[in-house]
Amino acid sequence: MEQDYLWTLNFGPQHPATHTTLRIVLKLDGERVVDALPDIGYLHSGFEKIGEKLDYNQYVTVTDRMNYISPMANNVAWHHAVETLMGIEITPRCKYVRTIVAELARISDHLLSNGAVGLDVGAFTFFLYGFYQREVIYDIFETLCGARFTNSYTRTGGVMHDITPLVIEKIRNFVRTFPKTLDDMERLLNRNRIFVDRTKGVGVLTKEEAINRSCTGPVARASGVTRDVRKDDPYLAYDELDFNVCCATAGDCFARYLVRMAEMRESLRLVEQAVENLPSGPVDVGIDERTALPSKEMVYKSIEGAIAHFELVMSNRGFETPVEEGYAAIEAPNGELGFYLVGDGSATAYRARCRPPSFIHFAAFPHLIRGHTLSDVVAVLGSLNIIAAELDR
Amino acid sequence: MPTSTATIEHLQQQFPELEFSEFRAQTRVVVRSERLTEVIQSLQGDYGFDMLVDVTCVDYLNYRDATDRFGLVYLLSNTDSGERLTVRVFLNEPNLSVPSLVPMFEGANWLEREVYDMFGIDFVGHSDLRRILMPEEFTAHPLRKDYPLQGRGERHNFPTITRDSA
Repeated sequence: MEQDYLWTLNFGPQHPATHTTLRIVLKLDGERVVDALPDIGYLHSGFEKIGEKLDYNQYVTVTDRMNYISPMANNVAWHHAVETLMGIEITPRCKYVRTIVAELARISDHLLSNGAVGLDVGAFTFFLYGFYQREVIYDIFETLCGARFTNSYTRTGGVMHDITPLVIEKIRNFVRTFPKTLDDMERLLNRNRIFVDRTKGVGVLTKEEAINRSCTGPVARASGVTRDVRKDDPYLAYDELDFNVCCATAGDCFARYLVRMAEMRESLRLVEQAVENLPSGPVDVGIDERTALPSKEMVYKSIEGAIAHFELVMSNRGFETPVEEGYAAIEAPNGELGFYLVGDGSATAYRARCRPPSFIHFAAFPHLIRGHTLSDVVAVLGSLNIIAAELDR
Repeated sequence: MPTSTATIEHLQQQFPELEFSEFRAQTRVVVRSERLTEVIQSLQGDYGFDMLVDVTCVDYLNYRDATDRFGLVYLLSNTDSGERLTVRVFLNEPNLSVPSLVPMFEGANWLEREVYDMFGIDFVGHSDLRRILMPEEFTAHPLRKDYPLQGRGERHNFPTITRDSA
């Protein structure tokens, strides 16, 4: 049979260029990829089953571990879904604080995603420039909530701890120094002969295919699909802030790289505007909503505060949710990250489904890589930004 | 954004048996599994719902006031106008078969494989319906409500292969 000369190569679960544990079985004709069969599930940890056991406030720690490159965005997405289900309106200050951390997470994610594309095709300096700025963002998160990485920052009805002047000063410093690094990074790779040759025309996704394959986020916007959840279904403070949606038409790896670089600049503008226009007031919702823990002076000085604290903390109580189902999505750095929640009246979800952008983009991978060479596999894989923890959950 | 009232009226005229409801600005419609292909084809072709956002399933075994066991959920969105629609199909044992949406939406391929893997719903017409997240030898469907959180001992009962027998 004519397929006998094809060579099977296992792009195995342990490989430095697969960005975490996933496996692709490649059928090669010399260097050309004839077919690619992904094999996933190495990191499947049953996050959706755990969602049926943990409280709405406890589950936010599990959402950190999904797209672990931008955990703040996952926290914001989860509590956006919970608050939509419960019908809670968060305070203006909380909206701005969550916008700031979500946009900082977006910058962090794009720095790593583009850095990984650069690293896989050989640009190590580019990768390290990005990683130094990620350390600055981690420092901001650590000052804000005590954890660099798995923050679990949001709570139902508010956030864990309000933003302090020290954090605002650090964010202002970051906003002042980051554009220079972005300029340096772009000067390194945008017109680099090797990088352009390795990414231009590779892994082309047309607009109709992107829509048919349910792609969202930078992957779809680089193919010409002008959809951004921040503009179409505005949530948090995005309808009051001024920003552009970055799109391209080519649909190849180079276009996805350019879209992510441009999105980082837009995110920086958003952070700057949000920090300058931060409204004052409480960051958690009031005690009538019975969801966020009241402050200690309310608990000790007023009877409503004491009752609210008791209702939330005692283990056979907790807050009430409607017996209904709903879906809410945010524009995560990777695409549309949404949670389909089924509430059953108690403080634990009956079903917590995460719509993972990485899973859906990886399904398009065999189609993108067919006909390209083995060296293009890493470029395409990096440009799709597949995070195995979100892929497998 | 919820589905526009014009679309809902046209759909009610075309398929009179559909039941629409709304919750927190999201429009939901319940479809019977025999009519699913027709309704989705019409939504995709005539009403412009060209993106399948998600395919998922809910097991209503322990839910209060539940009438059916499984509820398949299809989230559709219109990329031009930004409308969203949730299509629900209710299934009961023993006939857990639904027509597959892969001929219409290529993105449904892996999403349906995951629902099969986790719940055991059979998608008729899917080209390659096999497990995607769990290993191939796994026998149960983990996200069903009668499957315990800690599993049934699969992790502790791996076969031991010694150096001589391997």
